[in-house]
Amino acid sequence: MALYSEKVMEHFRNPRNVGVIEDADGVGEVGNAKCGDIMKMYLKIDGDTVTDVKFETFGCGSAIASSSMATELIKGKPVADAMKLTNKAVAEALDGLPAYKMHCSVLAEEAIQSALADYYAKHPEKKPAT
Amino acid sequence: MRIYADNAATTKPSRAAIEAMLPYLEEEYGNPSSLYTLGQRAREAIEQAREEVAAVIHADPRDITFTSGGSEADNQAIRSAAEKGRKAGKTHIISTAFEHHAVLHTLNRLEKEGFRVTLLDVHENGLVRPDELDAAICDETCLVTVMTANNEIGTIQPIRALGELCARRGVPFHTDAVQAVGHLPIDVDADHIDMLSASAHKFHGPKGVGFLYARKKVPLVNLIDGGAQERGKRAGTENVPAIMGMAAALKESAARMDGDAERMRTLRDRLITGLREIPHSALNGDAVKRLPGNANFCFEGIEGESLLLLLDDRGICASSGSACTSGSLDPSHVLLAIGRVHDVAHGSLRLTLGEDATEEEVDYIVRNVREVVEYLRGFSPVWRDLVSGKANFIL
Ligand SMILES: Cc1ncc(COP(=O)(O)O)c(C=O)c1O
Ligand SMILES: [Zn+2]
Repeated sequence: MALYSEKVMEHFRNPRNVGVIEDADGVGEVGNAKCGDIMKMYLKIDGDTVTDVKFETFGCGSAIASSSMATELIKGKPVADAMKLTNKAVAEALDGLPAYKMHCSVLAEEAIQSALADYYAKHPEKKPAT
Repeated sequence: MRIYADNAATTKPSRAAIEAMLPYLEEEYGNPSSLYTLGQRAREAIEQAREEVAAVIHADPRDITFTSGGSEADNQAIRSAAEKGRKAGKTHIISTAFEHHAVLHTLNRLEKEGFRVTLLDVHENGLVRPDELDAAICDETCLVTVMTANNEIGTIQPIRALGELCARRGVPFHTDAVQAVGHLPIDVDADHIDMLSASAHKFHGPKGVGFLYARKKVPLVNLIDGGAQERGKRAGTENVPAIMGMAAALKESAARMDGDAERMRTLRDRLITGLREIPHSALNGDAVKRLPGNANFCFEGIEGESLLLLLDDRGICASSGSACTSGSLDPSHVLLAIGRVHDVAHGSLRLTLGEDATEEEVDYIVRNVREVVEYLRGFSPVWRDLVSGKANFIL
């Protein structure tokens, strides 16, 4: 059996939404070089919609595929949906990840959360009431 | 196309090895412990194999014990020396920080049983210094175990100097020679080696078979109890086909060793020269005192597993010491032992050439590693911080 699903390999080989958004509304970076995976997410937000998203990743195949899948899952979607994206959803959309690689999909969720937190820090008026 | 550049992981079984095994799978299936002719022919065959294996390392065949491979040989060697030490009230063992886990984990277990373990520094070049071993030996030392050649960075230790030192200080000396046997000349007498571990699949023999060389002065303790095979030191019906394959492979490797090594060194140096041109890269381990086929690099700003997967797509089989390839959070203990920081150790690549490697293959590897490293750096946030000056280059 291969290490990764076909879906993971497909996203790893052809990652979607790679790059930077120079005038991003929110930027989040998570992970550290000590553990071996770092993800950076750039969000463009218009009204209630994530209009664009790009990522940069230093990491393993599963980290790159998770970043790619996570961007696909939130691009063009309501900010409220992006807020709720879980690592489980990312892993499922990739047809699963090996158990010891789940932490890479957690990073994708955290990178988006971190970028949204950055957005709300800059635009406190947009923060939904909790 | 496939370029197999992971010969430190395992090697392709040689034709000689396969042909030596076949009769013992097809016709000569007797149990060497049986007294009828079929069994006794198998017995004679493995005793002949024992002589051939012993001859390659200049050993007495009676000091060779067949095992299931390098790990078992390491475990048995260390446990045996420790047991002898314990009986004499000596519970100090000296080794190095970059041994194979078969050695390190056995030592961890002994520490829990009350042994004290000193791990020698292997310095930035991946070499043990004999004077530091000399200083570490004390009255309680019952074993020194230092690998002949490191499996990741390929550095070759000054085994003869270490062996002489141990002989002079009266301490048993074991060496894990799994990466060296069949590739480098070894003479257990001239090198003052008391115990040595070897594994067939690293020299074009089958997997799951190896041997332990041990002089009489270190009585072996059993890891496996049962029948009287291997002079009572390793129970279990002998893996006759595998033993025959191992002996044939080793005989051939030893006969070709000098010519092979010289050719491989030339190719290895071509590989190293090519990869060094990649900016912000560094060779791991001494450039000269290293295995003929080993090149091990760190590339700053990228992670090793993604590098391996993309090289695999281009037909290149290699390995890495990144955490993500091992399933742990820490990168290779070997790279950390030579002082590579985590950030850089994650971006390591080990290429280990085989005897049949060609110049064209080496050039193909260099070209593709360069392209893949460049591609991965292109969307690495770490690399962006380095080139924009937000972080400082280490390499
Ligand atoms: C230096 C070293 N020691 C021990 C071993 C273990 O050998 P085996 O796989 O035969 O148990 C290996 C191979 O992985 C090795 O490279
Ligand atoms: Zn990872």
